[in-house]
Amino acid sequence: MDHVVVVGASLAGVNAIEGLRDRGFTGEITLVGAERHLPYDRPPLSKEALSGGLDGERLALRPPQWYEEQGVTLRLGEPARALEPGPKRLWLDSGGQLDFDGLVVATGSSVRRFAHRLCGDPARLCQLRTLDDAQRLGDQLEPGRRLVVLGAGFIGLEVAATARTLGLDVTVIDVAASPLARVLGEAGAWFTDLHTTHGVDIRCGTSVDSIDPRSGGGVVVRSPGRATLEADLFLESVGAAPAVDWLSGSGLVLEDGVVCGSDLRTSHPDIVAAGDVARWHNDLFGESMRVEHWTNAVEQGRHAAGTLLGERESYRSIPYFWTDQFSAKARFVGRADAADDIVVERGEDSAVILFGRDGRLRGALCINAPRRLARCRIAIRDGMSWTEAAADLATCA
Amino acid sequence: MAIIVKFDPSKCQGYANCLIEAPEIWDFDEDDDVALLLQEVVPESLRAKAEASARGCPAHAIAVENQSDA
Repeated sequence: MDHVVVVGASLAGVNAIEGLRDRGFTGEITLVGAERHLPYDRPPLSKEALSGGLDGERLALRPPQWYEEQGVTLRLGEPARALEPGPKRLWLDSGGQLDFDGLVVATGSSVRRFAHRLCGDPARLCQLRTLDDAQRLGDQLEPGRRLVVLGAGFIGLEVAATARTLGLDVTVIDVAASPLARVLGEAGAWFTDLHTTHGVDIRCGTSVDSIDPRSGGGVVVRSPGRATLEADLFLESVGAAPAVDWLSGSGLVLEDGVVCGSDLRTSHPDIVAAGDVARWHNDLFGESMRVEHWTNAVEQGRHAAGTLLGERESYRSIPYFWTDQFSAKARFVGRADAADDIVVERGEDSAVILFGRDGRLRGALCINAPRRLARCRIAIRDGMSWTEAAADLATCA
Repeated sequence: MAIIVKFDPSKCQGYANCLIEAPEIWDFDEDDDVALLLQEVVPESLRAKAEASARGCPAHAIAVENQSDA
């Protein structure tokens, strides 16, 4: 293998490069990225980077000289357009082409769009995925302005907390019955209390009928059966979808992401995938999953590099994420979907929520309780029974 | 070969990812919201976990070195 192309100037992409070099790969590496920026860290985009101004140097995943040291050819600002697995050729939007021996798919996610169909002037709506998006949104977060956020997911809630802390008047709308419902189910209601306490208006179980441009800027938002909302700013944060458009017609098997085996190899032997875009079989949970979290991108990037170089190990992991909102540092390990047992323990400033299925502990949400989280991760890994886990929680509370 | 874990508490932002990755090496001060390094010199058997905790730190507060390099 002489030339590896990494598609996606992303967290997974950077870690794939590091994984290749750490394993002694000395061939050529080309990094292809849709954005003009060097790979940067995304979690701060909804938090400190919005409130404290963007510091490109601090956001950079690696310093500029790192790419030269690692012998990486950069093709930034050149989105991938199409893949031909037969001749192992990648086409770029710019018209350029790259022939490869091995390829890492690390294109991450793109934002889902919903609200622009309801708005006569979609340019008035903000989204948040990229550094440029954060720049545009951050510039407009001024105290006293009114922000409406559509979507009470991680991004929506984090921006709501950041904006509220900056002194904006914030309303969050979500069609689900509680925030973070897709990941946490009903347990997401904890975040309604947190935001309400800080003066954010959380409107769950409702949708948006229309978003009309207002003369003089901003929009008027109408929800069924609710009072009309006037907003200076509107953020659409209704989730993300795997960025696989460029792979349509490639023959790679796609199904809500790039379908991979347990070792992150795609349906083509010389192509692997990592990060948000990869749907793989996680042997630890015995199911196919796709995970849009930071740590997953780091570890899958490294693992996929090993697979590309001929290692055959399964990528087994317990999904882990964090979200910081106001004074709450929430961390989650495992899975909460389809839980048939849930137990909640609330402390003064903390909370622990355990999720069980089929008699075993499967997931844990710990708010301001990182030491409990570490215990829960071990318990999930070791397959602790639900009875034991719930009893353990009671003794620690 | 033992390995050395270098930790810069001034960079720590309290993510606690290190503790999640390697509870054998890290603890956490929940009052001050900062990680605590339990052992600076770590046996080879914990190398993978030590390296995972360094990689998993979004604040770049952790580095892992071979003892002979030090």
